[in-house]
Amino acid sequence: MNSNKYLEDITEIKKMMNRSSRFISLSGLSGVLAGIYALIGAYFAKNTLVAHSAMDSAAYAQRNSMPLQDNLTLNLAFIAGCVVLAAMLTGIILSIRKAKKSEERIWNKVSRRLVFHFFMPLLAGGMFCIALIQNGSSGLVASATLLFYGLACVNASKYTLGDVKYMGLAFIILSLVSTQFLGYGLYFWALGFGLFHIIYGAMMYFKYERS
Amino acid sequence: MSLIDNINKAFDHRIRLGIMSVLMVNEYADFKMLKELLGATDGNLASHAKALEKEDYIKVEKQFIGRKPNTRYSATKLGKLQFKKHIEALEKLIGK
Repeated sequence: MNSNKYLEDITEIKKMMNRSSRFISLSGLSGVLAGIYALIGAYFAKNTLVAHSAMDSAAYAQRNSMPLQDNLTLNLAFIAGCVVLAAMLTGIILSIRKAKKSEERIWNKVSRRLVFHFFMPLLAGGMFCIALIQNGSSGLVASATLLFYGLACVNASKYTLGDVKYMGLAFIILSLVSTQFLGYGLYFWALGFGLFHIIYGAMMYFKYERS
Repeated sequence: MSLIDNINKAFDHRIRLGIMSVLMVNEYADFKMLKELLGATDGNLASHAKALEKEDYIKVEKQFIGRKPNTRYSATKLGKLQFKKHIEALEKLIGK
């Protein structure tokens, strides 16, 4: 026995503790791409809003008390749905690729735990947002989505790269700030889902993947 | 007492070290999960788990999930304590 062997043992212990409790194949690159999709989506959403002349923040308070026009709501929901779908597919595909490289199984107890802890706050938030629209408080929807997404990230960070926690905290702060600027939801969305994802994804990419 | 006394011989193998590491951060782990994580064969894993069980460091529960037999492992209080001591000893020895 020599000190080299002890060092090897400690390294092995740390590796096993991490591997068995955290899903580390989350792809940073997919974060960057998700951010880009979000920005593209925000661009289309803005065009849609302008076309419906709904971009006037001054008329915001008055508009907020009315339900959104059906056509506009559907168009925006379609754009949002495309962005979410594209981001999730990219995330899954790139994570599978990364998992294969590091010989980690993609669908194991650890990744199941991650998915559960991420989607639980997210689904609750989604239903809460529908209730907000139902009750004519659609002005708070942007803040609520940012808030629940941030909470989901903090919650999930225990089961994947710990850095996700800091992105989650950034989202929570952004969400609380956005509650004071009703009517600018789209800009806060672009800042959070777009820019934050790109910054976080790039940081993770350079920290863990570039080799 | 020298530092080397705290190095626990029961943990002096990669598989046993792995089993304990996994059980320190997970409430429990089943046979299949340990096998995948450690990349061990059935026989190899079973015999090392048996050795740890003998020392009372881990607890083994056999149960059925549906019709499939399932073996579940968890670390005992004693096992966690001893493993912590072992890690501390290792860290001191490499001069951390």
